[in-house]
Amino acid sequence: MKPVYLLGVIPFLGILGGIFFANRVEPFVFGMPFILFWIVLWVVLTSVVMAIIYRLDPRNREEER
Amino acid sequence: MNAALAIILVFLLLAIYLGIRARRGKDMDLEQWAVGGRGFGTIFVFLLLAGEIYTTFTFLGGSGWAYGEGGPAFYILSYGSLAYVISYWLLPAIWSYGREKRLHSQADFFASKYESRSLGVLVSIVAVVAMVPSYLVLQLKGLGLIVSVASYGAISSNVAITIGAAAVTLYVMISGIRGSAWTAVIKDIMVLSVAVFLGIYFPLKLYGGMGEMFHRIQQHDPGFLALPHTGYNVVWFVSTVLLTALGFYMWPHTFGSIFSAREARVFRRNAVYLPLYQLILLFVFLVGFAAILAVPGLKGDQVDLALLRLSKSSFDPWLVGLIGAAGLLTALVPGSMLLMSSATILSKNVYRAFVPSASEERVNRLAKALVPVLALVAWYFTINSGKTIVILLLLGYSFVTQLFPALISSLLPNNFVNKWGAAAGIVVGVAIVTYATVGGLGTGDLLPFLPPALADINNGVVALIANTIVTVGVSLATRPFVARSSAPTT
Repeated sequence: MKPVYLLGVIPFLGILGGIFFANRVEPFVFGMPFILFWIVLWVVLTSVVMAIIYRLDPRNREEER
Repeated sequence: MNAALAIILVFLLLAIYLGIRARRGKDMDLEQWAVGGRGFGTIFVFLLLAGEIYTTFTFLGGSGWAYGEGGPAFYILSYGSLAYVISYWLLPAIWSYGREKRLHSQADFFASKYESRSLGVLVSIVAVVAMVPSYLVLQLKGLGLIVSVASYGAISSNVAITIGAAAVTLYVMISGIRGSAWTAVIKDIMVLSVAVFLGIYFPLKLYGGMGEMFHRIQQHDPGFLALPHTGYNVVWFVSTVLLTALGFYMWPHTFGSIFSAREARVFRRNAVYLPLYQLILLFVFLVGFAAILAVPGLKGDQVDLALLRLSKSSFDPWLVGLIGAAGLLTALVPGSMLLMSSATILSKNVYRAFVPSASEERVNRLAKALVPVLALVAWYFTINSGKTIVILLLLGYSFVTQLFPALISSLLPNNFVNKWGAAAGIVVGVAIVTYATVGGLGTGDLLPFLPPALADINNGVVALIANTIVTVGVSLATRPFVARSSAPTT
C-alpha cells in the first residue's frame, strides 16, 4: 500500500462528505444551483486527483516503455 | 409514415446491416469472441466501458429524473466518478487474475476463485435476474417510448415495445457481439452530439440561458433543485451513490469486458479520463430541467418522456427522428449486449455446470435458442411494469452489488471467506433486496428501530451489510469443516 493511494479517499470525502453542507440551491455559481456546481466541481477534481495518483504511482512509470 | 419514424427505421436497418457486415468472414473462437483476444488498449477499453455505460438510462432516465425529481438526479453524476476511482485498483486486480487463469466471464471468476462451479451457477443466476427484469426491461421501455413518441401517436407504447423487443432479438441473433461493438461507435457519437446540442439549445432558446433557467425553476418550486428533507434526502444520496459505485463493475457484461484489456495500465489511465466523460450527464440534466416549465404535467413513468416531448414541441419531425434514432441506438446496443451475455451465461456457466459433457457446439446452440426466450421474459415485464427507468436501474444495482463482498475478499492476499460464506452472503443479500422490493418497503420499514435520520438509507445498503456479516460468519463457522473435507482431495 503506497501512501499516494490515500489520495483516492479525497473524491469520496468531497462528494459524499461534502454533500451534507453543499445541499443547497443558493448561491448560484456559474448559473448552476450550488449543489450541482459542487458535484460538477468534484467530478473534475476526481479526474485531477486520479491524474496525480497516476503520475506518482511507480507502477505506471515502470511499465512505460 | 412521418419523417421521424422513417429516420428511426433507417437507423434500425443501418444497425442491422452493420451487424451482418461485422459478422461476415469471421469465425471466432471463444477467446476472440468474448474478450477480443485480450489485446485492447486504452482507447478501445475506454470506448467499450463508455459504450456500456451510456444507455437509454443516460438519455431518457437522466433527463426524466431531472424533470421529475430535481436535485436527487445529481446522484447519477456522482456515482460514476467514484466508481472510476475504485476502478484504479479493482480492475487491474480482476484483470491480472483473469489473464492468468484465461477467464471469460464474471461467473468464471467466482467459480475459479472459490473453486466451486456451484458458486458460478449462483452468481450467474443473480446476474441474469438483475439483467433481464431490470436492465433489459429498462432498455425496451426506452425503445417503446421513443418509437411511440416519434410516431406522433400512430403507434401505441405497447405495440412499440413489442416491435422493439423483436428488433433487439433479431439484431442479436443475426449479429452477435461484433455487431454491437460496431454499432456502439455510431451510438456514442450520436448520443454525445445530441445530448450536448439539446443541453445547450433548450436552456438558451426557452430561457435565454442556463442561469436564468435555474432561477426560474427556483422561483417556481423553491428547493426542487436540491435534495429534499425526506425520501431522496442526503442520507439516501450518500448510501445510493456508495451502493451504485460499488456495484458499477459488478454487472456481468461490464465485468467481462475487463478481460479484453492488453495491460493493467489501461485501467489506471482510464480512471483519469472517464470521470470527465461523466459531464455529458450535465447536458442531459439541462434538457430535463428545461422541460419542467416548457412541457409541464408529466407524472409517474411519464417523466421519462420529458426529453422527447420537449424535442417534439420544438423541432421539425426530421430532427425528432434523429434524436429518436440516437435514443434507439442507446437501447439497441446495450439491450443486445445484455441479452447476449444473459443467454451466454445461462448456457456456459449454468447448463454446462449441470451437464459437463455437453459439447461446445451444443452450448452455443442453447445460447442462441435462449435469446428469444429471454427477450420474451423481458417483454412481459416491460408491458406489466409502471416503474420509471431510474427505479428499475436502482433495483438491478441492488442485486448485482450483492456480489461485491465475495469479490473483494477473493482479491485479498489471505482470503478467509470460503464458498459457503460467499454463497450464503449473496443469497441473504439478494433475499433482503427482493423482500423489500416486492413489499415496497424502505429501510425504515425493514429496521423500525433505526433512528429517523437513517430511515432513508438505500435498502440495498442494509442488504449489503447483512450480506457481509453472513459472509464472514458462515466462512468462520464452516472453516473446520472445509479444512477437513478438502484435505484428502488436494
